[in-house]
Amino acid sequence: MMRRDDDAIISLVSRTVSPFIMIFALYVIFHGHYSPGGGFQGGTMLAAALILVRLAAGSDLAQLQFPRSWGTPLGSAGVLIYWGTGFVSMLCGGNFLNYAFLPVSGPPPHHRNLGILFIEVGVGLAVMGILTAIYDDLLEGRPHD
Amino acid sequence: MHWELEVVLFVFLVGAALVALESRNLLTAVVSLSVFSFLSALLYAAMGAVDVGFTEAVVGGGVSGILFVVTIFRTSRKSKD
Repeated sequence: MMRRDDDAIISLVSRTVSPFIMIFALYVIFHGHYSPGGGFQGGTMLAAALILVRLAAGSDLAQLQFPRSWGTPLGSAGVLIYWGTGFVSMLCGGNFLNYAFLPVSGPPPHHRNLGILFIEVGVGLAVMGILTAIYDDLLEGRPHD
Repeated sequence: MHWELEVVLFVFLVGAALVALESRNLLTAVVSLSVFSFLSALLYAAMGAVDVGFTEAVVGGGVSGILFVVTIFRTSRKSKD
Protein backbone atom coordinates (compact mmCIF):
# COMPACT_ATOMS: atom_id res chain seq x y z
CA MET A 1 0.00 0.00 0.00
CA MET A 2 2.66 2.50 0.97
CA ARG A 3 5.61 0.80 -0.74
CA ARG A 4 3.74 -0.87 -3.53
CA ASP A 5 5.76 -2.87 -5.98
CA ASP A 6 4.15 -4.03 -9.17
CA ASP A 7 4.26 -7.69 -8.19
CA ALA A 8 2.78 -9.86 -10.93
CA ILE A 9 1.86 -12.74 -8.61
CA ILE A 10 -0.05 -10.61 -6.10
CA SER A 11 -1.87 -8.71 -8.84
CA LEU A 12 -2.77 -11.86 -10.79
CA VAL A 13 -3.91 -13.84 -7.73
CA SER A 14 -6.05 -11.02 -6.35
CA ARG A 15 -7.67 -10.37 -9.72
CA THR A 16 -8.37 -14.09 -10.10
CA VAL A 17 -9.74 -14.62 -6.61
CA SER A 18 -11.94 -11.51 -6.50
CA PRO A 19 -14.71 -12.76 -8.91
CA PHE A 20 -14.99 -16.03 -6.98
CA ILE A 21 -15.46 -14.12 -3.72
CA MET A 22 -18.17 -12.08 -5.48
CA ILE A 23 -19.95 -15.21 -6.72
CA PHE A 24 -19.93 -16.70 -3.23
CA ALA A 25 -21.17 -13.39 -1.80
CA LEU A 26 -24.08 -13.39 -4.27
CA TYR A 27 -24.86 -16.98 -3.23
CA VAL A 28 -24.84 -15.90 0.43
CA ILE A 29 -27.22 -13.02 -0.34
CA PHE A 30 -29.68 -14.91 -2.53
CA HIS A 31 -29.66 -18.13 -0.48
CA GLY A 32 -29.72 -16.33 2.86
CA HIS A 33 -33.21 -17.33 3.91
CA TYR A 34 -32.45 -21.05 3.61
CA SER A 35 -28.92 -21.17 5.01
CA PRO A 36 -26.67 -19.09 7.30
CA GLY A 37 -25.89 -15.73 5.81
CA GLY A 38 -27.90 -12.88 4.44
CA GLY A 39 -27.63 -9.37 3.17
CA PHE A 40 -25.12 -8.08 5.72
CA GLN A 41 -22.63 -10.93 5.36
CA GLY A 42 -22.94 -11.03 1.57
CA GLY A 43 -22.54 -7.27 1.27
CA THR A 44 -19.46 -7.36 3.47
CA MET A 45 -17.96 -10.10 1.30
CA LEU A 46 -18.68 -8.06 -1.85
CA ALA A 47 -16.93 -5.09 -0.24
CA ALA A 48 -14.01 -7.35 0.75
CA ALA A 49 -13.64 -8.50 -2.87
CA LEU A 50 -13.57 -4.89 -4.05
CA ILE A 51 -11.12 -3.81 -1.31
CA LEU A 52 -8.83 -6.77 -2.15
CA VAL A 53 -8.35 -5.47 -5.69
CA ARG A 54 -7.87 -1.96 -4.33
CA LEU A 55 -5.14 -3.17 -1.96
CA ALA A 56 -3.31 -5.26 -4.56
CA ALA A 57 -3.54 -3.14 -7.70
CA GLY A 58 -3.79 0.31 -6.13
CA SER A 59 -6.79 2.59 -5.86
CA ASP A 60 -6.11 4.35 -9.16
CA LEU A 61 -6.18 1.16 -11.22
CA ALA A 62 -9.17 -0.19 -9.27
CA GLN A 63 -11.24 2.79 -10.41
CA LEU A 64 -11.79 0.77 -13.62
CA GLN A 65 -13.58 -1.90 -11.58
CA PHE A 66 -15.56 0.20 -9.11
CA PRO A 67 -15.21 3.99 -9.33
CA ARG A 68 -14.82 6.02 -6.17
CA SER A 69 -17.99 8.00 -6.84
CA TRP A 70 -20.26 4.93 -6.86
CA GLY A 71 -20.01 4.02 -3.18
CA THR A 72 -22.37 6.50 -1.60
CA PRO A 73 -25.03 6.36 -4.40
CA LEU A 74 -25.12 2.55 -4.25
CA GLY A 75 -25.45 2.66 -0.48
CA SER A 76 -28.29 5.14 -0.74
CA ALA A 77 -29.95 2.96 -3.40
CA GLY A 78 -29.81 -0.01 -1.05
CA VAL A 79 -31.45 1.95 1.75
CA LEU A 80 -34.07 3.13 -0.77
CA ILE A 81 -34.81 -0.48 -1.83
CA TYR A 82 -35.28 -1.46 1.83
CA TRP A 83 -37.51 1.51 2.58
CA GLY A 84 -39.43 1.16 -0.71
CA THR A 85 -40.31 -2.48 -0.02
CA GLY A 86 -41.73 -1.52 3.35
CA PHE A 87 -43.51 1.52 1.96
CA VAL A 88 -45.13 -0.37 -0.96
CA SER A 89 -46.53 -2.93 1.45
CA MET A 90 -47.82 -0.05 3.57
CA LEU A 91 -49.44 1.57 0.49
CA CYS A 92 -51.21 -1.71 -0.31
CA GLY A 93 -53.00 -1.82 3.02
CA GLY A 94 -50.67 -3.51 5.50
CA ASN A 95 -48.23 -2.40 8.12
CA PHE A 96 -44.70 -1.23 7.29
CA LEU A 97 -42.68 -4.24 6.00
CA ASN A 98 -45.71 -6.57 6.09
CA TYR A 99 -44.69 -8.67 3.08
CA ALA A 100 -48.08 -10.39 2.76
CA PHE A 101 -49.50 -7.21 1.17
CA LEU A 102 -46.84 -6.88 -1.55
CA PRO A 103 -48.46 -6.56 -5.02
CA VAL A 104 -47.04 -9.77 -6.53
CA SER A 105 -48.84 -12.92 -7.65
CA GLY A 106 -49.03 -16.14 -5.69
CA PRO A 107 -49.99 -17.16 -2.15
CA PRO A 108 -48.83 -15.16 0.93
CA PRO A 109 -45.83 -17.43 1.71
CA HIS A 110 -44.53 -16.60 -1.77
CA HIS A 111 -45.01 -12.89 -0.97
CA ARG A 112 -42.92 -13.22 2.20
CA ASN A 113 -40.19 -15.10 0.32
CA LEU A 114 -39.94 -12.35 -2.30
CA GLY A 115 -40.14 -9.60 0.32
CA ILE A 116 -37.23 -11.01 2.32
CA LEU A 117 -35.27 -11.34 -0.94
CA PHE A 118 -35.83 -7.65 -1.78
CA ILE A 119 -34.83 -6.63 1.74
CA GLU A 120 -31.62 -8.64 1.60
CA VAL A 121 -30.64 -7.27 -1.82
CA GLY A 122 -31.13 -3.76 -0.40
CA VAL A 123 -29.08 -4.49 2.71
CA GLY A 124 -26.31 -6.07 0.64
CA LEU A 125 -26.09 -3.09 -1.71
CA ALA A 126 -26.03 -0.64 1.20
CA VAL A 127 -23.30 -2.48 3.10
CA MET A 128 -21.14 -2.96 0.00
CA GLY A 129 -21.37 0.70 -1.04
CA ILE A 130 -20.78 2.15 2.39
CA LEU A 131 -17.83 -0.12 3.30
CA THR A 132 -16.11 0.65 -0.01
CA ALA A 133 -16.80 4.36 0.52
CA ILE A 134 -15.26 4.16 4.01
CA TYR A 135 -12.10 2.60 2.57
CA ASP A 136 -11.89 5.24 -0.17
CA ASP A 137 -12.46 8.06 2.31
CA LEU A 138 -9.69 6.74 4.55
CA LEU A 139 -7.25 6.89 1.62
CA GLU A 140 -8.46 10.27 0.39
CA GLY A 141 -5.74 12.84 -0.33
CA ARG A 142 -2.94 10.33 -0.80
CA PRO A 143 -1.83 10.54 -4.42
CA HIS A 144 0.02 7.28 -5.16
CA ASP A 145 -1.97 4.47 -3.53
CA MET B 1 -20.62 -29.65 21.87
CA HIS B 2 -17.04 -30.96 22.28
CA TRP B 3 -15.78 -29.35 25.46
CA GLU B 4 -12.13 -30.22 24.72
CA LEU B 5 -12.29 -28.25 21.47
CA GLU B 6 -13.82 -25.29 23.28
CA VAL B 7 -11.11 -25.35 25.98
CA VAL B 8 -8.37 -25.27 23.32
CA LEU B 9 -10.13 -22.42 21.50
CA PHE B 10 -10.53 -20.45 24.74
CA VAL B 11 -6.83 -20.84 25.59
CA PHE B 12 -5.76 -19.53 22.17
CA LEU B 13 -8.41 -16.78 22.42
CA VAL B 14 -6.99 -15.47 25.70
CA GLY B 15 -3.47 -15.72 24.28
CA ALA B 16 -4.39 -13.70 21.19
CA ALA B 17 -6.12 -11.08 23.32
CA LEU B 18 -3.07 -10.74 25.60
CA VAL B 19 -0.73 -10.38 22.62
CA ALA B 20 -3.02 -7.72 21.13
CA LEU B 21 -3.07 -5.80 24.41
CA GLU B 22 0.60 -6.00 25.35
CA SER B 23 2.24 -5.65 21.94
CA ARG B 24 4.31 -2.52 21.22
CA ASN B 25 4.00 -2.81 17.45
CA LEU B 26 0.56 -1.72 16.25
CA LEU B 27 0.62 -4.03 13.21
CA THR B 28 1.22 -7.00 15.50
CA ALA B 29 -1.73 -5.88 17.59
CA VAL B 30 -3.99 -5.67 14.52
CA VAL B 31 -2.99 -9.13 13.25
CA SER B 32 -3.50 -10.56 16.73
CA LEU B 33 -6.92 -8.90 16.87
CA SER B 34 -7.82 -10.61 13.57
CA VAL B 35 -6.70 -13.92 15.07
CA PHE B 36 -8.95 -13.16 18.05
CA SER B 37 -11.89 -12.54 15.70
CA PHE B 38 -11.36 -15.81 13.82
CA LEU B 39 -11.05 -17.78 17.04
CA SER B 40 -14.22 -16.27 18.46
CA ALA B 41 -15.95 -17.07 15.14
CA LEU B 42 -14.86 -20.69 15.54
CA LEU B 43 -16.19 -20.63 19.11
CA TYR B 44 -19.57 -19.30 17.95
CA ALA B 45 -19.73 -22.03 15.30
CA ALA B 46 -18.81 -24.66 17.89
CA MET B 47 -21.59 -23.41 20.14
CA GLY B 48 -24.13 -23.74 17.32
CA ALA B 49 -24.55 -20.06 16.37
CA VAL B 50 -23.40 -20.42 12.76
CA ASP B 51 -24.89 -17.14 11.58
CA VAL B 52 -23.16 -15.11 14.31
CA GLY B 53 -19.89 -16.91 13.59
CA PHE B 54 -20.19 -16.15 9.88
CA THR B 55 -20.72 -12.46 10.59
CA GLU B 56 -17.81 -12.37 13.02
CA ALA B 57 -15.46 -14.07 10.54
CA VAL B 58 -16.41 -11.78 7.65
CA VAL B 59 -16.50 -8.47 9.52
CA GLY B 60 -13.98 -8.98 12.30
CA GLY B 61 -11.43 -10.97 10.35
CA GLY B 62 -11.91 -9.47 6.92
CA VAL B 63 -12.88 -5.85 6.70
CA SER B 64 -12.09 -4.33 10.11
CA GLY B 65 -8.51 -5.63 9.95
CA ILE B 66 -8.01 -3.92 6.58
CA LEU B 67 -9.49 -0.67 7.91
CA PHE B 68 -7.20 -0.80 10.98
CA VAL B 69 -4.14 -1.36 8.77
CA VAL B 70 -5.10 1.56 6.52
CA THR B 71 -5.57 3.76 9.59
CA ILE B 72 -2.14 2.74 10.93
CA PHE B 73 -0.47 3.58 7.63
CA ARG B 74 -2.21 6.96 7.58
CA THR B 75 -0.80 7.79 11.03
CA SER B 76 2.63 7.25 12.53
CA ARG B 77 3.51 3.62 12.83
CA LYS B 78 4.91 2.93 16.32
CA SER B 79 3.58 4.06 19.65
CA LYS B 80 5.76 6.63 21.40
CA ASP B 81 5.27 5.69 25.05
